[in-house]
Amino acid sequence: MENLQDKPTAKEDSLTKSLAVPMQRRMFMRYAGATAAVTTLLFATSCDDDDDSPTDPMAVDLGSGDTGILNYAYALEQLEAAFYAEVVAKSLSMFSQAEQQIMQDIKGHEGIHRDFLKAALGTSAIPNLEVNFSAINFNDKNSILTTARTFEDLGVAAYNGAGKLLENAGFLTLAGKIVSVEARHAAVIRDLISNGTFSDSANEKGLDPAMAPADVLAAAAPFIKTKITANNLPK
Amino acid sequence: MNIFRIIEDIEKVDPEVYNKLDSRRNAFKYMSSVGKKAALAAIPLALGSVFQKAYGQSNSTILEVLNFALKLEYLERNFYTQGLAANGLIPAGAARTAIQKIQVHEAEHVKLLIATIQSLNGTPISEPTFNFGKNFADWNTNYQTFLTLAQAFEDTGVRAYKGQAGNLISNDAVLTAALQIHSVEARHAAHIRRMRNNAGWIVGAGANSNVPAGAQPVYAGEDNVAQGGINDVKTVGAGYSAEIATGAFDEPLTKEQVAQIVSLFE
Repeated sequence: MENLQDKPTAKEDSLTKSLAVPMQRRMFMRYAGATAAVTTLLFATSCDDDDDSPTDPMAVDLGSGDTGILNYAYALEQLEAAFYAEVVAKSLSMFSQAEQQIMQDIKGHEGIHRDFLKAALGTSAIPNLEVNFSAINFNDKNSILTTARTFEDLGVAAYNGAGKLLENAGFLTLAGKIVSVEARHAAVIRDLISNGTFSDSANEKGLDPAMAPADVLAAAAPFIKTKITANNLPK
Repeated sequence: MNIFRIIEDIEKVDPEVYNKLDSRRNAFKYMSSVGKKAALAAIPLALGSVFQKAYGQSNSTILEVLNFALKLEYLERNFYTQGLAANGLIPAGAARTAIQKIQVHEAEHVKLLIATIQSLNGTPISEPTFNFGKNFADWNTNYQTFLTLAQAFEDTGVRAYKGQAGNLISNDAVLTAALQIHSVEARHAAHIRRMRNNAGWIVGAGANSNVPAGAQPVYAGEDNVAQGGINDVKTVGAGYSAEIATGAFDEPLTKEQVAQIVSLFE
């Protein structure tokens, strides 16, 4: 396992693979694998499982269990990373020097979230999603910032809602490491739109939203061309 | 053996069994966490552990976390309340509005935590006496010192909640509420950081956070690049800088680390 990781890699995508192999074994066997085996046995003997929903051959299914939740996060990070990559490629000159740095930083953060989750999921990762940004005007600063706010607030609500669906405490902490950075992004973007609105997402109890995957995916659907099914995610 | 039959039987005697397990799903959670170590043959043992958690130890762990969070929220509420009351400390306008908004959130968090602790039949700790001037004498006369401490408290809060998430995994409602507070603290942190002309996110172990040496424990370990079994997260995809790699992940603090930070103000 360690040798595999150290082996020099010729192609770029084999780098991902070499990372994915130890990840696969280490994370999913140690954390999820053994757990899944026991749970499966319990289900098989005693539970009326209603998970088998009809499958659309064209759709990308996120999967089940913790892997499904991580794929769900990976899908959202793909969306955000693609968006900021486009902003930096097309729209940077519209922003002040300080704002450009913010956009570059967020592009980097979303990019590494995406690539990290892909590596962590290894062969369980869903494929690359095709995005649809036709509703966004990349020549209009306001359109960019309001879309950014939508994505960041949605990301925060998604991670907040997904925490309880994770079985493994290690994955929960990982999600926690990412969600607070999404919240920082959301606050900064909100302040760029209107200074002082950084936490106006919160309700009167001072709590940010927590959304279920189905609601998050419905909100994200207009921006994702690839059909995603999430029927097997934990509820 | 059918675990659900057993639980259903218990339900006849104790109708609240599901509340104590939180949910059917959590029964799995408990079972499977034990299942990691135990063979299937050991399920009766695992079952015992399910009920031990439901009827014993798990509630006390959760209450401990909630009281730990309550102490931090008391600290924040107290700090902002005193700061807002200090004559001429916080400039009128955007700055004051922001601090007021944050103070209201912290006060709400205090209320919510107290109510949650009581609903779990626990006893909320009473508000400790804080001494913000202990190591920062001009905290309520020098606006920059005040903002520095505000940043330190918010970033500590984010890291403290994150460190306890795993201890709340058995209670969905409490975990979700904690996460909903956690992200609000991160929003506060980002805003305060920018009020001080810092980036909204933490790069390295305090490299971009502009805090005095005494406050460095707040950022200890934020330079970590090992994530989820990947030894160096800078190497994923086409590769990333250390600034991006450390900025993209906030790191947890342990209870002990948080206690050490809080002790600077007690």
